[in-house]
Amino acid sequence: MDVASAKLIGAGLAAIGTGAAAIGVGFVFGQFLNSALRNPAAADGQQGRLFLGFALAELLGLMAFTVALLILFVF
Amino acid sequence: MAAAGKIDPMHQFTVEPLVPLHIGNYDISLTNSAAWMLATLAVIGLFMWGGMRRQVIPGRWQMAVEGLIGFVDNLVHVNIGPEGKKFTPFVFSLFTFILVANLLGMLPLAIVPGWHPFTPTSHFSITGLLAIMSFSLVLIIGFWRHGLHFLSLFVPQGTPWYMLPLIIPIEIVSFLVRPFSLALRLFVAMMAGHILMEVFGSFIVNGLSSGSVLGFGVGIVSFIFIVGVGALELLICALQAYVFALLTSLYLNDAVNLH
Repeated sequence: MDVASAKLIGAGLAAIGTGAAAIGVGFVFGQFLNSALRNPAAADGQQGRLFLGFALAELLGLMAFTVALLILFVF
Repeated sequence: MAAAGKIDPMHQFTVEPLVPLHIGNYDISLTNSAAWMLATLAVIGLFMWGGMRRQVIPGRWQMAVEGLIGFVDNLVHVNIGPEGKKFTPFVFSLFTFILVANLLGMLPLAIVPGWHPFTPTSHFSITGLLAIMSFSLVLIIGFWRHGLHFLSLFVPQGTPWYMLPLIIPIEIVSFLVRPFSLALRLFVAMMAGHILMEVFGSFIVNGLSSGSVLGFGVGIVSFIFIVGVGALELLICALQAYVFALLTSLYLNDAVNLH
């Protein structure tokens, strides 16, 4: 296998991580909705934590995307 | 954009000098990045100037400005507490700059030939500078208020002594990684969105100009898709600005109210 095609395969493999982050972000919002519908009065107070969890989960997916771009355009 | 068939999604991020300017060996040309940041500043200035009438019964514009300020003030108050009042201007500046820069980058200005919108926040140098500003403010406030006692930030309350050799390095690393994660999140989110829009925009152009029925179908499907993605991108523009402001105020909370 030559280097160019290995590079493309590597970038594609790195992009799998964004799908894993999608599961994580869906989990964060799903669990929030799940508990917000049980106790809607307490939901508004927890929105900061909702977005904090979203940001932390999303960051890892963005890192996978960054690695894919680094493989594609830097090496 | 290259001729049909070749999609070049990274071209939109090139920084080009608009007004060449050199002093000594330094290149301080006015680039398109700087021009769009000045445009951001002008939009924020206009928005704030229009709303600072101080009328007792606010009009629509003053109401919009007051709503934005109240939103950021509430965010800072909830996360830092009453001591956070003096950080509201800083967090407000960060929030509005990122929000307006993101939204200006989404303008469909490419309709005018020769123009193309540029998002300053899709560059790591810009977001990195914003992150360093908020991180250094955390350090300055922390050491100023607590002195060397600020280092106890690395020891969570109630940690058993035998866990300390493990916990302290983890806390130090997670503290030092903060500016990178803050900058990387905003920069990659904006860049990924613009690449997605560019790729599907090119699908529409290439599909419709190919002249075949299949190409036409692909163009229509891409168009429907990109309308949804555009709406999602507007949401992400606001969300990333909010997350940046939220994390900045959370980090400031660590420095102000040390446990």
